[in-house]
Amino acid sequence: MSAQTANGGGNGMEQAKLAGYLLEFETAEALADACAKVRDAGYTRWDAHTPFPVHGLDAHMGLKPTMLPWLVFGGGATGCLVGLGLQWWANAENYPLIISGKPFWSIPANIPVTFELTVLFSALTAFLGMLVLNGFPRLHHPVFSSNRFRRATTDRFFVSVEAEDPYFDESETGKFLQGLGGSHLERLEV
Amino acid sequence: MSTATVPSSLDNTREVPGHRPQLVLGDNDYATVTEKVCRVVEGPFLETPRTWWILFGISASIVGMLLTMVGWLFYKGVGVWGVNNPVGWGFAIVNFVFWVGIGHAGTLISAILYLFRQQWRTAINRSAEAMTIFAVICALLFPGIHIGRVWLAFWLFPIPDQQLWTWPNFRSPLLWDVFAVGTYFTVSLLFWYMGMIPDLATLRDRATNKVREVAYGIFALGWRGSNRHWQRYERAYLCLAALATPLVLSVHSVVSFDFAVSQLPGWHTTIFPPYFVAGAIFSGFAMVLFLLVIARSIYGLQEIITLHHLENMNKIILATGSMVGYAYGIEFFIAWYGGNPYESFAFTNRAFGPYAWAYWIMVSCNVITPQLFWFQKIRQSIPAMMVIAFFVNVGMWFERFVIVITSLAADFLPSSWGMYWPTWVDLMTLLGSFGLFFTLFLLFLRFLPMVAMAELKVVMAHAKSHGDTVSRGTKEIAAEAAR
Repeated sequence: MSAQTANGGGNGMEQAKLAGYLLEFETAEALADACAKVRDAGYTRWDAHTPFPVHGLDAHMGLKPTMLPWLVFGGGATGCLVGLGLQWWANAENYPLIISGKPFWSIPANIPVTFELTVLFSALTAFLGMLVLNGFPRLHHPVFSSNRFRRATTDRFFVSVEAEDPYFDESETGKFLQGLGGSHLERLEV
Repeated sequence: MSTATVPSSLDNTREVPGHRPQLVLGDNDYATVTEKVCRVVEGPFLETPRTWWILFGISASIVGMLLTMVGWLFYKGVGVWGVNNPVGWGFAIVNFVFWVGIGHAGTLISAILYLFRQQWRTAINRSAEAMTIFAVICALLFPGIHIGRVWLAFWLFPIPDQQLWTWPNFRSPLLWDVFAVGTYFTVSLLFWYMGMIPDLATLRDRATNKVREVAYGIFALGWRGSNRHWQRYERAYLCLAALATPLVLSVHSVVSFDFAVSQLPGWHTTIFPPYFVAGAIFSGFAMVLFLLVIARSIYGLQEIITLHHLENMNKIILATGSMVGYAYGIEFFIAWYGGNPYESFAFTNRAFGPYAWAYWIMVSCNVITPQLFWFQKIRQSIPAMMVIAFFVNVGMWFERFVIVITSLAADFLPSSWGMYWPTWVDLMTLLGSFGLFFTLFLLFLRFLPMVAMAELKVVMAHAKSHGDTVSRGTKEIAAEAAR
């Protein structure tokens, strides 16, 4: 097995800049084993690509838990305060409304709106937080230059190592990846 | 292992203790599942199955009629409807409550069954979520158009009036509704779209022409199956599921407050929130079932949306239908036991008064028909479940009709009683909302992946390994299951 270029060779290869390597696997187990080795080799700017979330892969990649739940908590707390504040300002402070002799400001009547806004703000934070932390939308990426990579969303598993990684070395990394037992190694060029 | 005449790989409705039913039938692997789901949306537009065109033609014409009815309403005013004193809430509120209720099944399937690790949900959650969104769109139509002066619809929102600087009344359940249904729509939409991102990326990667690639590519946001992304994505999905679970229970509770917080006999009862939620899930599941049976047969997805899935839904319909029947019984018991003459009159009047026909349609459709699902043969029979699902939806619509109309038509003072009858505009608007719902659903089937492929693959990978670190080949699993 030897490294091939994403575009299958051709002229002008010398000018193309190497953006990284892409290693293909047939199964999720093979990918997980390879991930543990890439992690142990000290690479940081690398990734695994799978058509579905493979459980246990986070540990094989050495990923820390995401901070997203804390953001969601913050969003929910904000929503709760906005809900209470809005109702207090609108019906008790800015323009007190007399309704059936009820108090201007009483928590029980204000619970439903507060609850709904808590959920709304948390859900928006969960969604937008996921987008921001993942760097979406990002419509262009070196891995998309590979035709084989189109199967990453169907039934193939990939490891990509970026050229920006401090440990990256064109020949050393190529050799290292070849020893990981993938079915196909590819150079990503942009 | 079993002496069944049908191999276990074909019959996944057989309950074998200690053995989980196979969720994807046939000799499918990741690639064939992707192919089967994507093929539905990838064919040339003109080669869409004829059934789709016929159904789409019918429902799109009904949408045309809906728009005409709404236009007529805006032109003439709410007098074209049957509402008058004492029944000021007619079809608009009945339809609103009905459609919001239908919308509950999607979030139940996507959020509550997710938290309970019910893996069979993966084949049906996408279309159930889509159905939720379209049902809520139909529901939102009615409060929007029923207020008479539609150009002042923004008064529903917490915006101060421009002259007096007054605000809406936050102690009114009608305003709570705006927040509850608005939040529900937003969260359902986020949940649906977020769940679809990996599958949109699959469609992008399989695209054979530029238009399709760009269109799906934009909505896929550049998804590349990265595990760093999956990690945050799954966490966000879990958060959304955890948030949507209390939300789905709150929405129909808040809708029921519209009635329960008032003083009217027949409305002023504490049983309303749980009773409304059970009814909502009941009708929603019946609608999902109805749509999925049609969709799986148009597109040949019987190996993915299997009889096992349909049977599970029938069991939920049976359970929630029994809860609804129990609630009807308890209402009557409390009306008698509570000793309030107005309350007991309201209920006698429901069952034996001028609207008794509506009441008994409701009881026979909602209480009696779902009980047939105790029989396995009926739970597994496609024609039987279609008929029952249809009756359940008829019954649930009549439930809202009975609650809204009978209580308003005959309240405390006999001198202020009066009958309510819908006009032809009312009836055509109701029919029109069904047209809108089916049009949106058919468009969804044609252009978006109707099965959550990525989630289904997780289930396939874990079918036998029960959450081990890595998956095994599906071929192996299929071979084992066939043994």
